[in-house]
Parts: sequence; C-alpha cells; structure tokens
Amino acid sequence: MTPAPLSALFLREIRAARRIGGGGTMGVVFFLILVTIVPFAIGPDLNLLSRIGPAILWIAALLATLLGLDRLFQADHEDGSLDLMLTGDTPLELIVLVKCLAHWTVTGLPLVVAAPLFGLMLALEPEALFGVTISLLAGTPALGMLGAIGAALTVTLRRGGLLMAILVLPLAIPVLIFGVSAAGAANSATTPFMTPFLILCALSLATLAAAPFAVAAALRHMSE
Amino acid sequence: MLKYANPTFFLGLAGRLLPWLAGATALTLAIGMWGAFFYAPADYQQGQTVRIMYIHVPSAWLAMFCYATMAASALGTLVWRHPLADAAQKAAAPIGAVFTFVCLVTGSLWGKPMWGTWWVWDARLTSVLVLFVIYLGLIALWQTIEDSSRAARAAAILTLVGVINLPIIKFSVDWWNTLHQPASVFRMDGPTIAPSMLWPLLVMGIAFTLLFTTLHVMSTRNEILRRRLRRLAIQAAAGEAQARPAHRLSTSESAP
Repeated sequence: MTPAPLSALFLREIRAARRIGGGGTMGVVFFLILVTIVPFAIGPDLNLLSRIGPAILWIAALLATLLGLDRLFQADHEDGSLDLMLTGDTPLELIVLVKCLAHWTVTGLPLVVAAPLFGLMLALEPEALFGVTISLLAGTPALGMLGAIGAALTVTLRRGGLLMAILVLPLAIPVLIFGVSAAGAANSATTPFMTPFLILCALSLATLAAAPFAVAAALRHMSE
Repeated sequence: MLKYANPTFFLGLAGRLLPWLAGATALTLAIGMWGAFFYAPADYQQGQTVRIMYIHVPSAWLAMFCYATMAASALGTLVWRHPLADAAQKAAAPIGAVFTFVCLVTGSLWGKPMWGTWWVWDARLTSVLVLFVIYLGLIALWQTIEDSSRAARAAAILTLVGVINLPIIKFSVDWWNTLHQPASVFRMDGPTIAPSMLWPLLVMGIAFTLLFTTLHVMSTRNEILRRRLRRLAIQAAAGEAQARPAHRLSTSESAP
C-alpha cells in the first residue's frame, strides 16, 4: 500500500521549495525521513524508540538545519546582492543577524512545530514530547548561528555543503549535548530539567550575540 | 618583531636554527625515552602499562599547544595580514592533528587494560576527539579553497572560533565526573605524581615541544618555498605564453 497522496505531497513540497528557493518545507521533509529511517535501522521496538526518541529528533533537527544553510549566503553572493550588503551603510553584523533570524523562522520553526508530531511516531511520552519541543525551540537558534559561520566561510565554494558540515558539526556538539539532556530530563523524575535547559538557552543567546561578528568577518574576508 | 616576520629573514634563520633544534630534539628525546623505559619505576597498580603515559601525556599537551600556536598565527593573519602567519597556520594543522591522533590512540591502548574499554564517551575524551575533528576540518578547508590568502583567512576565523574548545579540554576533568583522571602535574598545590616518574615525563614534554618546534619550522619553510615555486612556475608559464606567438611568427616568416 503506497500512500499516493503522501508521495504526491512530498513531490509537491519539493517543487514548491525549489520555486521559492528556500529549504523550509524541504527541511521538514528531510527531518521526517531521518525520523523514519531510524526505526528501520534499529528495529521497531517501541520501548527502545521512546527511550532514544529525543536523541533521534535532535540529531534529525541538527542535520536538517545544516541542509538548508549552505544556500544562506551563496545565492546573495552569486547575484551580487551580498556586495551591496557589504558596501551598504547598515552594519553587516545586523544584516547577518536578521538574515539568520529570518532563515530560522522559515526552516527552524517548522522543525520545532513538527517535532511533537514526529515524537508521537517514536512513542514519546507527553512529558518527553514537551521536553523535545521546548528544547528544540531553545536550541535551534544556536544551531543556525553556528551553521551561519560555516555558510559564510564556504560562501565562495561551489560545492561547500559537505565541507560546511565538517566545519560546523564539531562546534554544534555542546548544543546537542545540552539539548538532548534537557529533552531527556523532562521525561524522568530524577534528573533536573532546568539546568541543561538554561545552559541551552545561554548557548543560544551567546551565539546570537557573538556569531554575527564571526560571520560578518568571514563574509568580508571571503568576498574580497 | 616585524623583522623576524619577514619570510626571507625567516628562511635564513630557519636554515641556521634547524640543525640545532633537530639535535636538541634527538638528545632530549633519547634522555626522555631512557628515563621513561628504564629509569622510571613501574606503577604499583598499573605495572608496566604506566609507561604509555610518557607518550600519551606529552602528545596531549602538544595537541593543545599546537592549537594555541595556530590561534596565535590566526591573529597574525587576520590583524596584520602577514604571509608568514598564513604559512605558520597552515603548517601547524597537520602536525597538531597527528599529535591529537597519537594522544587518542595511546589513550585508547592505555584505557583497555586500565578501564577495561577502548573508549568511553566522557568529557575529556570527547573534547579531544572534537579537537581532532576540528583539525581535520581545518585541513579540509585549506585544501578546498584554492586562493591561499583567502584560505588562510577562512582558516583563521574557524581556528579562533574553535579556541573555545581548549579550556573545555583543560577543565573537562574538573567540571564533569569523568573516568579520565584529573590533572596531576600542573596543579595549584604542586604535582601529585612521584618525582621518579615526574622528571622523565617533563623531559618527554620538553622533547615533544622541541619536536613540534622543529617540525613546525621545517613545515613553515616548506610552505614558503612551495609558494615561491608556484609563483615562479606561474611567471615562467606567463613568459612562455608571451614567447610562443613570436616564435610561431618567426617560423611562418621563414616558411616559403
């Protein structure tokens, strides 16, 4: 039984995303595929899935965030609008911050909204669903900002996507650690939820404050 | 300071210093090895496997020292735009990767008999693994961007972002409960390691630092020479391209 409407929807979303040029819907679809693959790989044991579900969702969100990021500055670089941003009066750091926030609204927020749904497929408890969603909401900005550094460093490369992943993923490990521990702690009575969650918030705020400077520096140096 | 940063001056200085550096490295390494394998006692608990420490700990120091060197060169690249800093940065990355790899492998070999496992995902091991991946990412970045001064600036920015990992590695054993033992040499209250084991370790540390300095100076020199060769090759090719039409013209003139 192949669900034709689902595959039709899948193709339609890909077409729409291609026309708009963004990866918003494509990111969510990629997120779904990653969540779907995992039970095939480790077996459909619901107890196991509900135990490792938060981690699966976090890894899927991490990879889906990376997927859309390589085009963040590349399109602007190709059509020349990046040069206008570089020479304009508005500080490049602010431009970068606004671009990243917009990108997060298009690609990060749909992942957060979709996370509880995919959590149900992984047999997560309601508390764990809440934990994953709230931790993704707090953590995806940090992923996006770190990814923007990689996107800016590889902006002039034609096939920079893989290199960008290699550069960004090591830096994203702390976000992943505290994100998953916050998501997991929401489900258990023994471990505190607030400690990892607040550290996660701090990571997001710190990257929001600091990363635009690194991104702007990279863009200036790379497009010379 | 800027006089020393002149690439030509550096080449001359490197040529004069390298034999001494290499000699000092060989000497301290020999003394350190003798101390580590013959002088230092076997541990009452760990037996002979404790001797892995004399390779493992200096490699770990150098893995971080090399990154710090690279970060300092990265500042030189970004602030002063200096070609020598670019070359020093590029030369340090593979050396640092090798030291980190040696540190991970010896730690793994040491962990198997002591902890009963090759690898655990604790904070110290994971942060060193992240350091290794950052080194590999930097090498990949160097190889991907063709324009070498642009590659230098990209690598410099990433290096400075990655500096955050150094304090994490250093203090990971204090911040988290790890299987890895806490610092026992560089402590506020003095080393907690027996003197008979401490001095071979320190000699090995000096030997590894000298080894790194030797390799780094050699590698930086090679990088500068490689760039000069490339420039000469481009000039030669440009000269040939100019010469060729004239040559063709002359042959066509001589033809009947």
